[in-house]
Amino acid sequence: MPNQVCSLCRIALDKVNVVRGGQTLLQDVSMHIHCGQLTVLIGQNGAGKTTLIRALLGELPHGGAIRHVDDHGRNIPRLRTGYVPQHLDFDKEMPVTVEDFMAAAFTRRPVWTGVSKRTREKVRAALADVNGEDLLKRPLGRCSGGELQRVLLALAISPAPDLLVLDEPVSGVDQNGLKMFLDTVTRLKEQHHMAILLVSHDLNLVRQYADHVVLLDKTVQVQGPPDYVYASPEFQKAFAVGARNLTSTRHHGVERWTPRVTSDPQEGGEG
Amino acid sequence: MELIYTIIDAILPIEALSFTFMKNAFLAILLLTPLLGLLGTMAVNQQMAFFSDALGHSALTGIGLGIVLGVSSDLLAMLVFGVIWALLISRIKQTGAASTDTVISVFSSTSIAAGLLILSRGGGFAKYSTLLVGDVLAVTPNDLAYLLIALIAGTALWAAMYNHLLLGSVNASLARTRSVHTRAVECLFVVLVAVAVMLAIKWVGVMLINALLILPAVAGRNLARSSRSHAAWSIGIAMFSGIAGLLSAYAWDTSAGAAIVLYAAACYFVSLSLRRFIK
Repeated sequence: MPNQVCSLCRIALDKVNVVRGGQTLLQDVSMHIHCGQLTVLIGQNGAGKTTLIRALLGELPHGGAIRHVDDHGRNIPRLRTGYVPQHLDFDKEMPVTVEDFMAAAFTRRPVWTGVSKRTREKVRAALADVNGEDLLKRPLGRCSGGELQRVLLALAISPAPDLLVLDEPVSGVDQNGLKMFLDTVTRLKEQHHMAILLVSHDLNLVRQYADHVVLLDKTVQVQGPPDYVYASPEFQKAFAVGARNLTSTRHHGVERWTPRVTSDPQEGGEG
Repeated sequence: MELIYTIIDAILPIEALSFTFMKNAFLAILLLTPLLGLLGTMAVNQQMAFFSDALGHSALTGIGLGIVLGVSSDLLAMLVFGVIWALLISRIKQTGAASTDTVISVFSSTSIAAGLLILSRGGGFAKYSTLLVGDVLAVTPNDLAYLLIALIAGTALWAAMYNHLLLGSVNASLARTRSVHTRAVECLFVVLVAVAVMLAIKWVGVMLINALLILPAVAGRNLARSSRSHAAWSIGIAMFSGIAGLLSAYAWDTSAGAAIVLYAAACYFVSLSLRRFIK
């Protein structure tokens, strides 16, 4: 049940192809990332999730079209993108505080000369938006995975982008941290009505938070509301739960999918 | 110049600085060390110690090629070759053909060998041996003018690019979403390091230049928590080592470059022991 006819402001991908070194990494990816919705990209390793993000960020040459259109289908020429990368590759001993790092993005004044009062307030306000005020003076290398993710989110949404791309870390962030992160993202979605694309590896949380789920394997296998996608044969195949049953249990207040190993041929648990 | 000399005499009436060559050397160190201290902070954070080492070695090849090609100025030959060499190393590094230290090692040994080959032709390497250890006492007022321009231009450029470089060093894709031209900034950075190293090499020497770039910044890292305090410590330690090294070398009648680096090394070891109280 793809939504090819729609009347929402959106980032529309139309038959996006990426070929690198003679290898097709993405083929005919068509999907919409709607404003005010959380679109979640799922798929196995090597399915092309990162490639799609890089194409969206304009880092990879691609075929097809990526357009930013308003609710009447008119092109909006500019697309401001905020990006939260999956991991940061920096020296953990680097003496750079969260404030230095964010100020470097906000102002032209070199941060080795210090941070002005005005910039500090701006950084503090951005951090407050993600419940991270206490991180202001913390060296970047001393932040936990979850804290770093919040700092990056604060940076990505100031100023508010049209499209927010979130590449969720595979590890290093615990379940509570992830939930807190997604709660913040949900609030931002409602407050700023921005289009959000999340690459996620946590299928349980995806189901709980996503408005629209896209299962990718070189091309879009299936997309739609979470329940629809999770019940689809493509989903069962991709996550190898075909012969097993999915049951929903309550665990620490979080709805979780746990595969129950039985020979019961019945498919789709709750779906 | 006379006015500056008079000021030095008035402020620092010590015997060592009563000679003009010592005053020139003193001024050269005051001009050179802050820029090296500043650039060193990022060189260390980006784990480029080995890179700048290789860059220093390329000065030999630069001079050698300058002689072969009939370039009249050693400095010009070193600068041009150093910049090309730096851009070449960072380009090959970006392609990811081999691990960074392998690439740098190849470049480093190639440039030393090529430099030695040319400069030792006819058994005449001895006259270039001051290049290896440097001679800060040979600074002329003309050189000081160069160094002053370099300090001002280098610091201005550094101020303009630092924030972008910092963002790019944390995550290149993230920096690009904030309109940072990561490649251009990186290239500018290696060019700046190359120029600073080449300007300093005649006074500090091929063998010691890297230590002067890296040691104050590493020592500063042990004592700092923020970008600002890192820069302050690094500049402070570089200037302190420079002045202390110069005066000690005069007193002990030894190479100034070596004394300066030893002071910087001492600062590093002290900072290492203080580190756990600060961090």
